[in-house]
Amino acid sequence: MHMYSAVPEFRVNIDRDRCRLCQRCIENCSFDALDWRDDKVKSFDDRCVGCQRCVSMCPKDAITLTRTPSVMSRHPTWTEDIRRDIYAQSRTGAVILASTGNELHERVVFDNLLLDACQVTNPAIDPLREPIELRTYIGKKPRILELEGEGENVKLKTKLAPKLKLDTPIMIAQMSYGAISLEAHEALARAVVMRGTTMGSGEGGLHKRLYPYADHIIVQVASGRFGVHPEYLDVAAGVEIKIGQGAKPGIGGHLPGAKITEEISETRMIPVGTDAISPAPHHDIYSIEDLAQLVNSLKEATRYKKPVFVKIAAVHNVAAISSGVTRAGADAIVIDGFRAGTGATPKIIRDNVGIPIEFALASVDQRLRDEGIRNETSIIASGSIRSSGDVAKAIALGADAVKIGTAALIALGCTVCKRCYTGKCAWGIATQDPQLRSRLDVEEGARRVSNLLSAWSIELKEILGAAGINSIESLRGNRDRLRGFGLDHTSLEILGVEAAGT
Amino acid sequence: MGITSENGTLFSAKQIVTGIKIMNDRCNGLGGGFAAYGLYPEYKDYYALHILLKKFELKDEVEELLKDSVNIYKDEEIETRPVATIPPDYVPWRFFVDVPERVEGSSDDYIINLAMDVNKIDGALVVSSGKNMGVFKATGYPHEVAHLYKLENYKAHTWLAHGRYPTNTRGWWGGAHPFSILDWSIVHNGEITSYGTNKRFLELYGYQCNFFTDSEVLAYLWDLLVRRHKLSVERASEVLAPPFWEKIEKMPLNEREIIEALRITYAPAMVNGPFGIVVATGSGLTGIACENTMIGLSDRIKLRPLVCANNDGYTYIASEESAIRAVCQHPEKVWAPAAGKPTVAKVNAYV
Repeated sequence: MHMYSAVPEFRVNIDRDRCRLCQRCIENCSFDALDWRDDKVKSFDDRCVGCQRCVSMCPKDAITLTRTPSVMSRHPTWTEDIRRDIYAQSRTGAVILASTGNELHERVVFDNLLLDACQVTNPAIDPLREPIELRTYIGKKPRILELEGEGENVKLKTKLAPKLKLDTPIMIAQMSYGAISLEAHEALARAVVMRGTTMGSGEGGLHKRLYPYADHIIVQVASGRFGVHPEYLDVAAGVEIKIGQGAKPGIGGHLPGAKITEEISETRMIPVGTDAISPAPHHDIYSIEDLAQLVNSLKEATRYKKPVFVKIAAVHNVAAISSGVTRAGADAIVIDGFRAGTGATPKIIRDNVGIPIEFALASVDQRLRDEGIRNETSIIASGSIRSSGDVAKAIALGADAVKIGTAALIALGCTVCKRCYTGKCAWGIATQDPQLRSRLDVEEGARRVSNLLSAWSIELKEILGAAGINSIESLRGNRDRLRGFGLDHTSLEILGVEAAGT
Repeated sequence: MGITSENGTLFSAKQIVTGIKIMNDRCNGLGGGFAAYGLYPEYKDYYALHILLKKFELKDEVEELLKDSVNIYKDEEIETRPVATIPPDYVPWRFFVDVPERVEGSSDDYIINLAMDVNKIDGALVVSSGKNMGVFKATGYPHEVAHLYKLENYKAHTWLAHGRYPTNTRGWWGGAHPFSILDWSIVHNGEITSYGTNKRFLELYGYQCNFFTDSEVLAYLWDLLVRRHKLSVERASEVLAPPFWEKIEKMPLNEREIIEALRITYAPAMVNGPFGIVVATGSGLTGIACENTMIGLSDRIKLRPLVCANNDGYTYIASEESAIRAVCQHPEKVWAPAAGKPTVAKVNAYV
């Protein structure tokens, strides 16, 4: 049966006058979209993912990519994307896999929130002249601090819970070794050490090469329990239980056996070549009381010296769930919004399940306050934090800190071609292929991620200074310094933000 | 501005009115007020509730509510005289009350809750609720407000005064300073950029902000930190205007631990943005040993001026030295306290 087959998304244009036939583009294309035919470079556009590797590697700038003009008749309901998916599924009968974050919803609520600045009645503070502090402590805070003794002999009576000190309220999210390369992992680790913040190990264990940075790594305990052993918990800065992630709430993970190399096998503690399957639920957590047990077991295992985080996806009932998680003893809750990225997820889940981080964050913060337990946990917002503006807005809505994933990978050179799940990442990030991995220069990558963290931190200071605030804690939960525009009444109410002009 | 007599001598409002008037160009006639301590020696064991009533008829409603909760020992209109420039928006009333024995727990907390309940009555506003003290405020320049309330008839050992130039909310009687709760009252020069954080933090401890203005949170923060959490005035100052981390790191270990813990625990209580404040408290707070005290404090980078002086047993704190010199031409000592460093003047005699 002959059916319409969609035209390729990209067209590779090769300027024959400029091309000096060096074939570097062919070597660099990990998706086999370029080949050497009849003494010239030939493109196979249907394989091109638009990763830009050939474009940037061509010494003569002879290659450009263009989006193929749409040739399909237009329809508002049956968009070209929808039709493409249906053609693909009618051909394969399979779930469509996708990477990175939600593509269906273009409007980002952060863009409808505006920050405040001082004019006349109080002075803005110039971060170049006055200190502005970003230091953040993650973990439980006492409701009251008691001192004992008098004068010189005064001492703390209240004992503080284990906490994590961050020099900037921007952490790097949980991305596993397996989903990303060891080089990417190490570059991120070096960057967080340089900037006094932390990264997550992801659920794939911690390669020995990362142990020197482990005091800046929050190790993850996920449903597959890959790579979890006493030393793994011992060396870490904190432990994070992953219940769910924003890109695929309620969905497990699957790292195909082909990606389980010798090194990954050792780190994950599973045989070479076997599929690494993370079940959708933890098979020892079927309700909240089971979570409390795991939280306590991990605290016991780390001798109550490390904060235990719990990561959940922002689903409809996130506020009530967070209350339960707080009462289960979590020192911090990571809330992952519906735009969060991933290496692989069913597209239908990625695009349709979960709620925006802005609403989730605002309602969790308020709920914990209403219940008088806000001090019992820290709230960390993640899932599509794109800039220091988003960081500031998340903190003003009530987050203690944020986590970034995709942004950090972009700093490593990711071009968001959305093909992480293929394992063919041409930039050496989301791949285990030794040749592709070697493309990522760890030192340079670390410097770039560190630069990004530094740049955002400087911008945060500018934002704070403009608002007349010299320490990040005075922005935290300070929704008075936000205004909404283009938001409906209910949205404003949930966000706890006044409309612009009021 | 604040003036206190350290040996507890009661003195008239004349000095404070003269001093604050010198600074009239710092206000615009949209709010003035005074707090006075040692005001009601005869009734010093009773909570003195100063309540503004939008109309006289509301008095019955307020009285009904109070009767259900406390014993009213005495009540009367706070005497005023008409002042052409002050809109007669409110009738000020005072009640002397005590908490019945049947009430369990802190009588101070009970009074706070009661004051918050009264404030829920549309048109009624408790402007002070401490013992042996009271707040007098209205829309107008401070000296006009003093004239309105016939302050020449009162004597106190501690006076606070404020002239307002409203910037974030409208000028109205309730929006004038001082802001007061129990024995605490506060006058504030500046604008709090951390208001939203402070307000939401205070809500966690049951305080409701009713006056639509940033300065209100300061009174509640002092009450929370000193009365309820039993921090010393100096430690509370370190919470409101904490040292920078860089400085904390250079402190001796024990002190560093304490300040770090204070900053971590009370991060949302830190007051950001410019402030120069004068705070006063009386000796009537229950649960802590508290003396009559006047405190001057500026924000941690001193974005607002604050000048202190001592003379002959009196302590003066003001936004301008000129205000002090207007009433005390040659003080023994005049100084500008460092950013975030509290100036504490205690009234030694129990009055």
